[in-house]
Amino acid sequence: MKDVLILGAASDIAKAVAYKFAGEGCNVVLAARNAARLTETATDIKIRHQVEATTAEFDALDFAGHAAFYEAIKPKPDVVVLVFGYLGDQKKAQIDFAEAEQIIDTNYTGAVSILNIVANEFERRRAGTIIGISSVAGDRGRGSNYIYGSAKAALTAYLSGLRNRLAKSNVQVITVKPGFVRTKMTQGLPLPGPVTAKPAQVADDVFKAYRKRTDQVYSLWMWRYLMLIIRNIPEPIFKKMSL
Amino acid sequence: MIKISNTVKFLAVLILGSLAGIIGILLLVSRSDKETRRGIKQKGQEFMNKIRSAREPAAEPNLKKISNWGNYPQVQVKFHEFEDIETLRRLVDQSEQMIARGNGRCYGDSALAPQVISSLRYNKFLAFDRDKGIIRCQSGVLLSEILDVIVPQGWFLPVTPGTKLITVGGAIASDVHGKSQHKAGNFSDHLIDMEIMVGDGSIVRCSHTENTELFLTTCGGMGLTGVILNATMQLIPIETAYIRQESIKIHNFDHMMDIFEESEDWSYSLAWIDCLAQGQQLGRGYLMRGEHAKVDELATVKQRQNPLVPKKRLKLNVPFNFPSFTLNNYTITAFNTALYLKHPNDVVKSIVDYDTFFYPLDTVQNWNRIYGKRGFTQYQFILPKSVSREGMHRILNRIARSRRYVPFVAVLKLYRQQNGYLPFGIEGFSLALDFAIKPGLFEFLDELDQIVLEYGGRLYLTKDVRMNKTMFTQSYPNVERFINNVRDLDHGHKFKSFQSDRVGITQ
Ligand SMILES: Cc1cc2nc3c(=O)[nH]c(=O)nc-3n(C[C@H](O)[C@H](O)[C@H](O)COP(=O)(O)OP(=O)(O)OC[C@H]3O[C@@H](n4cnc5c(N)ncnc54)[C@H](O)[C@@H]3O)c2cc1C
Ligand SMILES: NC(=O)c1ccc[n+]([C@@H]2O[C@H](COP(=O)([O-])OP(=O)(O)OC[C@H]3O[C@@H](n4cnc5c(N)ncnc54)[C@H](OP(=O)(O)O)[C@@H]3O)[C@@H](O)[C@H]2O)c1
Repeated sequence: MKDVLILGAASDIAKAVAYKFAGEGCNVVLAARNAARLTETATDIKIRHQVEATTAEFDALDFAGHAAFYEAIKPKPDVVVLVFGYLGDQKKAQIDFAEAEQIIDTNYTGAVSILNIVANEFERRRAGTIIGISSVAGDRGRGSNYIYGSAKAALTAYLSGLRNRLAKSNVQVITVKPGFVRTKMTQGLPLPGPVTAKPAQVADDVFKAYRKRTDQVYSLWMWRYLMLIIRNIPEPIFKKMSL
Repeated sequence: MIKISNTVKFLAVLILGSLAGIIGILLLVSRSDKETRRGIKQKGQEFMNKIRSAREPAAEPNLKKISNWGNYPQVQVKFHEFEDIETLRRLVDQSEQMIARGNGRCYGDSALAPQVISSLRYNKFLAFDRDKGIIRCQSGVLLSEILDVIVPQGWFLPVTPGTKLITVGGAIASDVHGKSQHKAGNFSDHLIDMEIMVGDGSIVRCSHTENTELFLTTCGGMGLTGVILNATMQLIPIETAYIRQESIKIHNFDHMMDIFEESEDWSYSLAWIDCLAQGQQLGRGYLMRGEHAKVDELATVKQRQNPLVPKKRLKLNVPFNFPSFTLNNYTITAFNTALYLKHPNDVVKSIVDYDTFFYPLDTVQNWNRIYGKRGFTQYQFILPKSVSREGMHRILNRIARSRRYVPFVAVLKLYRQQNGYLPFGIEGFSLALDFAIKPGLFEFLDELDQIVLEYGGRLYLTKDVRMNKTMFTQSYPNVERFINNVRDLDHGHKFKSFQSDRVGITQ
């Protein structure tokens, strides 16, 4: 039985990922801020899938506490799924650095802080899988959300570097880039139906990537091709588009 | 593999093509004169506006057109969901004219009101004692999800209707029953307790011994006491996931009644009848009875190796509404006759998995679409045992004479007396008939109501979509007490459905 640690477990995508892995027979640790609210979810997972499910208190911005947090996780996980993130308010972030900072620190700095610790332990053990939920927003900066996008771009680059470093140590690093997903984060936003995923679809893609040891995956799959187009629009044209 | 590489190729062409298109347009734009450029720009903007407006959120995000299983009526409602108590309490505080809704498997308008509160996302398991077989969960959990958990661990639902795609809340509110009704009673007979959020937002626990008045009013109370939040149930132990089944060909109504009586000790029994057969043959069909199979009764080594985990079965789907001529007198008659003739003359014994025995219809998703977009209704009535034969005779005759309203399937079952204030079950036989909806049908069913009433019978509320107030109040014996209890709980009738207004409970 594999043990899976999920970081940012209160998110809709994270919950779907937890149910998916538990359904495949893995034990899960649900780590989040204010973890007490996940007790019922953990019980539900235990009953539905006859696996262990526990909760742990975790704040991505509490960099200093990350070592102690990871130390306390027992048994040590075979898989770590990093899901936390913060979309923030682009307009606000343009004028209020505190907002920009929170976007950057949640999506990038916090991820680096905790994944460094996990990576070192996995490297020592020469085992494990790290799955990071980045975003298509990191593939190219857009006027409407480039602060979030650039933080996700940094996360994507971090994960690819980590993959490169840990390939020698038998540690798998997977970058997941969801397109639009119908979750709390995007509640109220008008999302185009055909390219918008349900959290469960993202979770299926995550698990498939884990099983097949894929390095990078878009979710839904068509985002790979959409982003191929978007990345290749020449900058002189791109800059005039309202995106 | 081949398929995937083809899609990739297709996409590559698509992408290259659209890139070429974009570049072409850009080249064109840069070379053309101002007029054409403006034209193109305007067209482009119109196009973008169209896309944008299609993406705008609707003015009223909760508005939704829904119907229950019969696809009739379809109504625009405000559709609310909740995952936690606080959200639900806010909804209950702020809304009027609302009703709880589970999986919409009732046939008519019981789960429809101007405001609908869906329990489907309130669906967590809360506790499972696998030694005692006691399970506690939130009301939005489906019976199918419970079975997925309990069957591999050697437990089963004591009562289950003919579909497992219903919620625990719906099972309590309709106090559903199944093939075990004559022995095991109704869903509520196996409840240990439950919690309900009533009209003022408070949460009340009730059971057979605690707040019994609320309990009896809620079981079978069609959601009118409030929103059922969670329930604790006693399960029954099983050795295998299989049923030892016997299927017996029945030649007429007397034969049918005899075999039902003879089968009274069997845990499960149900009959299908050829509703178009006449005279001597009236009541012909076949009866199925079953028991949970013991391990040593299983048919194959494979089954015995893993007795609690049957093989997964294929799911079929009806992808769209059939045209309304699909089911006509000829196809229905042919279908019914074939079902009867096909059955061998003697008893057929077999071992079948529980899905095959209890939920044959669930394997075809959306089968309700075969009735076309006008929808259908189920006319399920019950008559006291002593007059069942005579009453059913008259009703089936009346149907045959109409030539216009032909039921597609007819299911017959023997019942015992049921508890609660709106009990469908009495000691007697019930017949369920599916009719496609067409002009005149409801008036015709009003005529059948008169016969049912004359024999002291009644209709099953969770299947009903058209019964009038007189029929309801005359056929259900405790209506007054029920209405008083509902009013005491909820003075302003916050909770009401189109059905409860129609039959005069909340109006
Ligand atoms: C193919 C098929 C076969 C069937 N066979 C049988 C059978 O053999 N025996 C039988 O008894 N029934 C049978 N039924 C009917 C079905 O079991 C009932 O209608 C059941 O109540 C549906 O449950 P639901 O979760 O879909 O609830 P809905 O259809 O959404 O609601 C039904 C009623 O329950 C109320 N309700 C739902 N959830 C709550 C809640 N949380 N709190 C308060 N009230 C609530 C609604 O207000 C409504 O009055 C069958 C239906 C189908 C489609
Ligand atoms: N939804 C989309 O369209 C989309 C698209 C691409 C990528 N993504 C990414 O997918 C991931 C999951 O997002 P989601 O859509 O499921 O949205 P979500 O429900 O809003 O999830 C974001 C989660 O991150 C958590 N979080 C934020 N700051 C944190 C902190 N300091 N410490 C710990 N946890 C923190 C939040 O926890 P709280 O519950 O405590 O606030 C929340 O549970 C995110 O990384 C997001 O960027 C989403």
